[in-house]
Amino acid sequence: MAELSTRPTEAKSTARLEWLLVALGIVALLAAPFFFYPIFLMKIMCFALFACAFNLLLGYTGLLSFGHAAFFGGAAYFCAHTVKVWGVTPEVGILIGTAGAAVLGLVMGFFAIRRQGIYFAMITLALAQMFFFFCVQAPFTNGEDGIQNVPRGFLLGLLDLGRPLNIYYTVLGVFLIGVFAIWRIVNSPFGMVLRSIRENENRATSLGYSVANYKLAAFVMSAALAGLAGATKAIVFQFATLTDVTWQMSGEVILMTLLGGIGTMVGPMVGAGLVVTLQNTLATSGFPVTIATGAIFMICVLLFRRGIVGEIYAKLPGIKK
Amino acid sequence: MTMIFGIPVQAFLGQLLVGLINGSFYAMLSLGLAVIFGMLKIINFAHGAQYMFGAFVGFLLLQWLNIGYWPALILAPLVVGVVGMAIERTMLSRLYSLDPLYGLLFTFGLALVIEGVFRYYYGVSGQPYAAPQALAGGTNLGFMFLPNYRGWVVFSSLVICLGTWLAIEKTRLGAYLRAATENPKLVQAFGVNVPVLLTLTYGLGSALAGLAGILAAPVYQVSPLMGSDLIIVVFAVVVVGGMGSILGAIVTGYVLGLAEGLTKVFYPEASNIVIFVIMAVVLLIRPAGLFGRDA
Repeated sequence: MAELSTRPTEAKSTARLEWLLVALGIVALLAAPFFFYPIFLMKIMCFALFACAFNLLLGYTGLLSFGHAAFFGGAAYFCAHTVKVWGVTPEVGILIGTAGAAVLGLVMGFFAIRRQGIYFAMITLALAQMFFFFCVQAPFTNGEDGIQNVPRGFLLGLLDLGRPLNIYYTVLGVFLIGVFAIWRIVNSPFGMVLRSIRENENRATSLGYSVANYKLAAFVMSAALAGLAGATKAIVFQFATLTDVTWQMSGEVILMTLLGGIGTMVGPMVGAGLVVTLQNTLATSGFPVTIATGAIFMICVLLFRRGIVGEIYAKLPGIKK
Repeated sequence: MTMIFGIPVQAFLGQLLVGLINGSFYAMLSLGLAVIFGMLKIINFAHGAQYMFGAFVGFLLLQWLNIGYWPALILAPLVVGVVGMAIERTMLSRLYSLDPLYGLLFTFGLALVIEGVFRYYYGVSGQPYAAPQALAGGTNLGFMFLPNYRGWVVFSSLVICLGTWLAIEKTRLGAYLRAATENPKLVQAFGVNVPVLLTLTYGLGSALAGLAGILAAPVYQVSPLMGSDLIIVVFAVVVVGGMGSILGAIVTGYVLGLAEGLTKVFYPEASNIVIFVIMAVVLLIRPAGLFGRDA
């Protein structure tokens, strides 16, 4: 798809344009809380990071996980529990949530990577459902009630996250760190191996790469980053509930990625923004969100599989993915 | 009172029967999934929604037109099958040349739409649907009391599963189906209309789900959510059985239903995850599934 004959100067100017856009985006995010409702922005950032983490697996490794809610919601539970019951500071809670999601990812990935394609999707779905039932029954999650009134606390024991701007910039920091990590992973030699697995698994095997280990590593990283997003969301909203571990949530993150553009850096963020906005709009209109979600799924698969950002890339040659 | 493993024999057999009933539905649904997957190479995520749709067709026939259970037993699968065929013809057939994952995503969206529509009109609470007069009451088998309708469910699901298996293995149309599964291009060259065969297959698979739904309506309540949780369990069943064999899908369905029933007797807390645990164990020992061929 990329133009092979692109001259070095053109490539350089494209790269410069990309950096300019990234810088503009960061400036916009820094200024955004003065124009928009901060909670709404933070929700979008949490879901955008979640979708980017999911895309690391689907877009760059070619594995469709139907169970990512387990990591997102699981980390939210771990974080909420440690912050509320153990009384740890929020950054420690978020780290524990992330680590918990990574461990969960290691276990789920260990089973799931034994099959490919459609089976992989079904296995992750089934294992995530198992985790859902665990969350329903485990005492620390409080079942249907969830963990409520999680204190936001003080970041590093110093910064009061109860203030809207403090929590906003903390979440922005987490979001940027997470996205940067994904960008680094994707553009590292490791990420290149992941892409080769996506393109042709047998060939990657024959070139001597231990495909199973690479897949598992990608799965764990994706799970951990999804956990980072989920744990941060628990601090923002001050609760962790069963909603975040349901299969509907796993479906939602797939939709965000599909709508925005599978295998692009920006696509999942755009998708997350659109889906969250849509849900907020529909929540007050009385029109069921499920129908809209399902219809967008069908339209995306039928009409534009590259997603919004993917289609824009396809229309504008010279911009590299 | 007689005891088995320290459990009263009545309770033991009762749970086993519940397991057998659940197993009947697992078998019918995983059979439908396997039939569709065999031909279309698509995992029909909407299978649970179509099962729920079948139950609702029965319920609505009774509500709106006062049409009872027996006609509904024919009409519900027919409606679900025809709707399925229309969806296959207009939309699903465009996805055959793509990665099978797109089929999964499309049918997932379809499931959400179907479920969302019924949820919008009927909420999440279940609607009762009475068993037909002829099957009311129960029979005392001497060692246990068998509600007639439940016996009927087990019996008819066995007939449906065996019938479908025979139709695919022993009839001419079934032979076309199997041939088209192996090599669609060649079969097309022999003058068999493969696209029509694909449409019929999806219709048949959907109709099976609808039939399971109307059978389930008097056992469980008719609720928009009845399909979505079930389909995930059925996916696990399919992973355990492997989709290579129709008979494998059927047997695995019944066995896992019984395993679930047994777990309810001995360790109730684990009853809703036991199938997933079995799936994990099978993945460790035989990743291709019990009846599966290596992909």
